[in-house]
Amino acid sequence: MTEAEIRDAVLRVLHGIAPEIDLATLEATANLREEADLDSFDFLNFVVRLGEALHVEFAETEFARLTTIDQIVANVAARQKSGPARPDRNGALF
Amino acid sequence: MSEFRMPSLGADMEYGTLVEWRMKPGDEIHRGAIIALVETQKGLFEVDSVVEGIVERLLVDPGSRVPVGTVMATLLQPVEKPHRPRASPLARRVAEELHVDLATVQGTGPEGAITRDDVEAAASQSGMASAAEPTSLPAPKVKPPGPSPALALEPTTPSAALAAEPSGPPATPEPRGPGPAAAGEPAQSAERAAAMRQAIASAVARSKREIPHYYLATDIVLERALAWLEAENAKRAMADRVLPAVLLTKAVALALTRYPDFNGYWIDGAFRPGGSIHVGLAVSLRTGGLIVPAVHDTDRKSIDELMGEMRDLVRRAREGGLRVSEMTDATITITNLGDQGVEQVFGVIYPPQVALVGFGSVTERPRAENGLLGVRPTVTATLAADHRASDGHRGGLFLNEINRLLQTPERL
Repeated sequence: MTEAEIRDAVLRVLHGIAPEIDLATLEATANLREEADLDSFDFLNFVVRLGEALHVEFAETEFARLTTIDQIVANVAARQKSGPARPDRNGALF
Repeated sequence: MSEFRMPSLGADMEYGTLVEWRMKPGDEIHRGAIIALVETQKGLFEVDSVVEGIVERLLVDPGSRVPVGTVMATLLQPVEKPHRPRASPLARRVAEELHVDLATVQGTGPEGAITRDDVEAAASQSGMASAAEPTSLPAPKVKPPGPSPALALEPTTPSAALAAEPSGPPATPEPRGPGPAAAGEPAQSAERAAAMRQAIASAVARSKREIPHYYLATDIVLERALAWLEAENAKRAMADRVLPAVLLTKAVALALTRYPDFNGYWIDGAFRPGGSIHVGLAVSLRTGGLIVPAVHDTDRKSIDELMGEMRDLVRRAREGGLRVSEMTDATITITNLGDQGVEQVFGVIYPPQVALVGFGSVTERPRAENGLLGVRPTVTATLAADHRASDGHRGGLFLNEINRLLQTPERL
């Protein structure tokens, strides 16, 4: 998959979770949970559906690194090159 | 014969629109069966029956907007109960006052006799149930049946007690178009958002007018709880992972088993225990507003069961498909605004409940222990409680119990 294709898939899944947000104005570098107003259940659903759509499994410890659209796209793209990304222990706990 | 009436989904609800019947005359209705789809200010709800019987007649057509309490269908009872339950004279008198049908009360006295306590416990329970299906209460004999707002003012049910505002709705049903409009039309959704705002406004105004709130807060270190959760989640598939909110919810439910004075309702000048523990979760809606569906018997469910149910409830709160019983019988509310980053939330109690527990965001904070400073993941738990029903001392013990339970997450 190209980065553009991954980005497209990420936005499609996001639209399914939060249909009212305007994808055109969504900042790819902003905190996604704040931008799209996702609570912890929404975010879990988002990550689960994203995993299904892209056939990847995110580790719990990776959740904290998936805070922006750009990070998510980069994470998925990196997996295609070199397997799963390393976990990161910093960041949001919820 | 019994009747199915437009249910009340809370203090703030005056009208409901029948969207469709899920039954027809001659059908046998069992407890829990979905009998109708109803649209209210808070959205679409499936009406689940709390009685059994055979549908006799449908009195309201789909598309009709009628006041809460309007008789919408009549049911025939398959088996009448001539049996007279054993009960003390005091219990009978209290049952009459509280409009409790003794045939529905489980006696705990000698030889199964019904005591006053049994009746009062049943009143607080069936009060909730009858909000969903008012036919479990005997209809007021002096009042003619039909769409009278007075039916919604029966003070024995918590939600009806809330509805007892002097400004009653007009008594005639208002027909409203041929059916539900398609969701998503801008005018419709704006109208819906305005109705939701009104519903919230009336509930919180009533709460602040009538409930003398007191507030307490305590910081809870979640180091053990989160470490345990991380280890548990490492064993699970992504879709089966458990969120910290589930541990917090279970801890509140278990703490209530020791401090039942925060689980229930303040009605007619007295505290009425909730009996079971049904934790209401404040869920914000993407289109604005919020809704508080309940997780039934929260204290008796495993962490995995709770995770599944909470995910399902949040999804249905947002996408539709909540049942009336889930909307009417919460015995306490939890709000979890911390999801969006605020550290503390002091909530407004949802009347006639007597308590609301708030959790802020989990953040790493400095904490002194044994003379040493450390950094620990911490959440601020708050309690807003009704001072008529409890005092601050008990409230403090209740919050401390939640804290204590969260220090042994494997036992939750």
